[in-house]
Amino acid sequence: MNNKKVSNAVKNKPADKGDEKITVFINGLGYAADKGLTILEIALANDIFIPHLCYDPRLRPQGSCRLCLVEVEGRPEAVPSCLTVAEDGMKVTTDSDHINHLVKLNLELLISDHPLDCMTCDSAGSCALQDLAYRYGVAGTRFKGDTHEKKVLDDNPFIFRDNEKCILCGRCVRMCDEVIGANAIGYAGRGFESEIVPAFEQSLKNTDCVFCGNCISTCPVGALQPRPYMKKARIWQVEKVRTTCPYCGVGCQIDLHVMDKKIVGVSAPEGVEPNFGNLCVKGRFGMDFVGSNSRITHPLLRNSSGKFERIGWEKAIDIVSEKLNGIINKHGPDAIGVLSSAKVTNEENFLMSRFARAAVGTNNIDHCARLCHASTITGLIPTFGSGAMTNSIGDIKYSKASIIIGSNTTEAHPVIGYEIIRNIISNGLKLIVIDPRSIPITKHAAIHLRQKPGTDIAVLMGIMNIIYQRGLHDSTFIAEKTEGFKDFAAGLSRFTPERVAEISGVDREDLIAAAEIFGRSKPASIFYAMGITQHTCGTDNVIAIADLSMLTGNVGKPGGGVNPLRGQNNVQGACDVGALPNVYSGYQYVKDADIRKKFEQAWGKELPAREGLGVTDMIEKAISGELKALYVLGENPMLSDPDILHVAEALKNLEFMAVQDIFLTETAEFADVILPGTCFAEKNGTFTNTERRIQMVNKAVDPPGEAIEDWKIICSISGAMGHPMGYANAEEIMDEISRLTPIYEGINYKRLSEKSLQWPCTDSSHPGTSILHSKNFTRGKGAFIPVDYRPPAEVPDKDYPYTLTTGRILYQFHTRTMTGKVDGLNQMAPMAIAHINKDDASSLGIADSDMVMLETRRGSVKTKALVNSKIKKGTIFLPFHFADAPANILTNPALDPVARIPEYKACAVRVSKI
Amino acid sequence: MVESNTVKDLVKKKGNKREDLVTVLQEIVKHEKFLSEDRLLEVAREFDLAPAEVYGVATFYSFLPVKPLGENIIKVCQTIVCGIKGKDAILKAIKDKLNIVPGQTSEDGKFSLLTVNCIGQCDNAPAMIINDKPYVNLTYEKVFKIIDEYQP
Repeated sequence: MNNKKVSNAVKNKPADKGDEKITVFINGLGYAADKGLTILEIALANDIFIPHLCYDPRLRPQGSCRLCLVEVEGRPEAVPSCLTVAEDGMKVTTDSDHINHLVKLNLELLISDHPLDCMTCDSAGSCALQDLAYRYGVAGTRFKGDTHEKKVLDDNPFIFRDNEKCILCGRCVRMCDEVIGANAIGYAGRGFESEIVPAFEQSLKNTDCVFCGNCISTCPVGALQPRPYMKKARIWQVEKVRTTCPYCGVGCQIDLHVMDKKIVGVSAPEGVEPNFGNLCVKGRFGMDFVGSNSRITHPLLRNSSGKFERIGWEKAIDIVSEKLNGIINKHGPDAIGVLSSAKVTNEENFLMSRFARAAVGTNNIDHCARLCHASTITGLIPTFGSGAMTNSIGDIKYSKASIIIGSNTTEAHPVIGYEIIRNIISNGLKLIVIDPRSIPITKHAAIHLRQKPGTDIAVLMGIMNIIYQRGLHDSTFIAEKTEGFKDFAAGLSRFTPERVAEISGVDREDLIAAAEIFGRSKPASIFYAMGITQHTCGTDNVIAIADLSMLTGNVGKPGGGVNPLRGQNNVQGACDVGALPNVYSGYQYVKDADIRKKFEQAWGKELPAREGLGVTDMIEKAISGELKALYVLGENPMLSDPDILHVAEALKNLEFMAVQDIFLTETAEFADVILPGTCFAEKNGTFTNTERRIQMVNKAVDPPGEAIEDWKIICSISGAMGHPMGYANAEEIMDEISRLTPIYEGINYKRLSEKSLQWPCTDSSHPGTSILHSKNFTRGKGAFIPVDYRPPAEVPDKDYPYTLTTGRILYQFHTRTMTGKVDGLNQMAPMAIAHINKDDASSLGIADSDMVMLETRRGSVKTKALVNSKIKKGTIFLPFHFADAPANILTNPALDPVARIPEYKACAVRVSKI
Repeated sequence: MVESNTVKDLVKKKGNKREDLVTVLQEIVKHEKFLSEDRLLEVAREFDLAPAEVYGVATFYSFLPVKPLGENIIKVCQTIVCGIKGKDAILKAIKDKLNIVPGQTSEDGKFSLLTVNCIGQCDNAPAMIINDKPYVNLTYEKVFKIIDEYQP
């Protein structure tokens, strides 16, 4: 028994617990493992077979299926290995006649009341019960008795339940309770009558179910099925293509199931970062847009009568390049603006940057990051030195406390939301939610501070003041790693709990309790999103968050950090590779002559030194007539920008606009030429997720019609304009990115195809960086910067007495170009609904489901009202997804002076019943 | 019927920890004979539990009905001793007398029949309970007489 093997069984536990090793002997061989692991975990990590049905590494073990029994020397009876923590020197037998007899007996019992209809079951081939029956030779049962006639629940677009096939392992219930926190289903009845159903056996649509389908992913048999993918293909007929989800910035790894060149299913690989097998409703069920018949399949030209007509690629390229060259010759390159896209790959964004700078000769390149996290960059660069999420999704499990401020995490970044909920339920994480609305995750919060929109600085400074007054700040960290604290601290005392309560409307005692929790919990993390950034004080909001994290010494530590959640699949990457007006890839400044020279040499062209225009400024310049042309790749400013009536005016004013997209968007309607691009499933490349993780995007299906990969379109136009780019494939583009970009220097496809990597990754052996600023801050010392509260640009008054705030909902995404093509999602959320507090509604004579008119100084929108107390009094919420009730007709284009980000999250509005 | 704030009052008296749940549900059944959806939702809210969980607990116990039942509830023991000693004859008597089988309510709404697990009367089997009163050493004939007592 001295045949010791090195084990890769590593316990997911806080770093400060140490890593004590033990040796366990399984079937005569010794295995080293971390202390605290169960026998089953160690066995599975070492590829030792132990049968199991109720175990899923994502869930707490339950020990109900009684299949993972093993013998342990010195114990009189077989023990369930999923519940038995291994001890040093323990001698385990997994494969004795006795054990095999017990397993077979249990399987026979299960089979005795399980329909043996594998030939028509969608799970055949991926059913754990079928596999075990095969392995143990269980073809039938000796136990004849009653069998069940149980329910089939088929009352929603996504989750199909056939309880006839259910083995009552409870994995779906535990998934829903422990990971998703929805508690939508439970056991009902007793004994033979037991069944898993929603409360009162009603439709899942009437429960807190979020239709993530993770219950389906954990079901070991065929009881739960993904409704839209049923009866499409046997699992062995599909090719699984591993790729990265095209929705939010979490960057979930998904396997597209492909048969006959069509996507017939989606699953998530187990044990793979960052989502470890979990998905949300959009990632699992939102892929119908790929093969949608409303895709653009041919280049289109607006003819003299204003209609789009089909043209060939050659003509399209000629027209675009001639028009752009003509404008350059007449008005100079800065008369052209280029909008790149947070939806396309790093490689394509890099080419867009090269196209703008080298082919056109302007730094007028930007993308929608301007509208979401521009203030994260301008807030975190002066404080930390780097504008990205400091920590990783995987280290939420080390957090003792978290603040979520201005992020509706479970709806906008569901899988990160699930990870936070899982840690609240299983690891004692304490959550503080700071949000004007009772967003779904507040159900799991220890404290909910409900501030007025736009008063975040007051709340954050108030929390810091309490922490400082009570001596809960980390003076060692502050002294060793930061600067500017003295001046900063002097400004804190103005934010007394009383004053903060008055400004923000939060309860004084709650504020103190929140400060106590955050100040006393180590490590503690902060998550934020658009509720922080999309304000005229967005930069200062972010600085206040950075200050709080430094004050409590939480930067550079597992489970701590400042975590801006990026909203698009590749918004991080689009920034990283230079789709910004002031930097090349890797945040290298265009103004820096040495840097510029490096890129000039690489691209063989003299490059402009002057910083370019951002999205919001391009719109202004188009109105004033200085900007003559726009080249738009995969963006939809006609819905996504603030004050879209103004945007429409700008787009109409352009001499020429080319749009490269997969659908005829609201913006494309204004184009002169439309070029059909490809979606994520039709090309190769990389996306970089919110935690700086660079992940492969792999082609699964062919593009429709004559659509071609976006990077090829960019190359063609660039070549026709006199700046040829000679890339044979996406990989060559990444090789150039890594040559020119220090933070991506160690990135190449060979490494990525084995494992995703987080930047900075500075050479080919660098393992990537999961936590930023762990030794020192990127800028050297962390800088405390004092900030002051100032109200939003537009505050309620007599004429417009309410505050309008905007945001996302779970079942739609951005301007609905993708989710609008998915039937199930449209069933769940068919239209925009304005959320109104019940007190406000009653004083306005508005009842739930009434039609209402929202009016601001920019325009008006008609929509349906949802009346409840989940939204703070005085505040109206409207999702921005819907073209038939576009929130951005209403929003205020007032900008943060530094980040140039518009104030989507607060403007004055008037409401009336129609 | 119970006033709308009764669940709140009950919780104040009995507590709202998980271990108090069954007691509170029993109290509601005592007053209202069954647990309506509205009551279970109130209980879920007061206990800060998911409705699915409260529903699961309620449906686990045959003494916590979640559907309205007849005026009188007959619970016949179906466990092994009563089974050997003639449970089937008891059920037949009820069928003959009231024309109901387990799970059903008589047409006039006077009786509901349930089968339950051991009620602790093994030494006097077979046994049943009507409302809260146990009846033991039953025979086919005895059941007829007992039911007559509830039908004046």
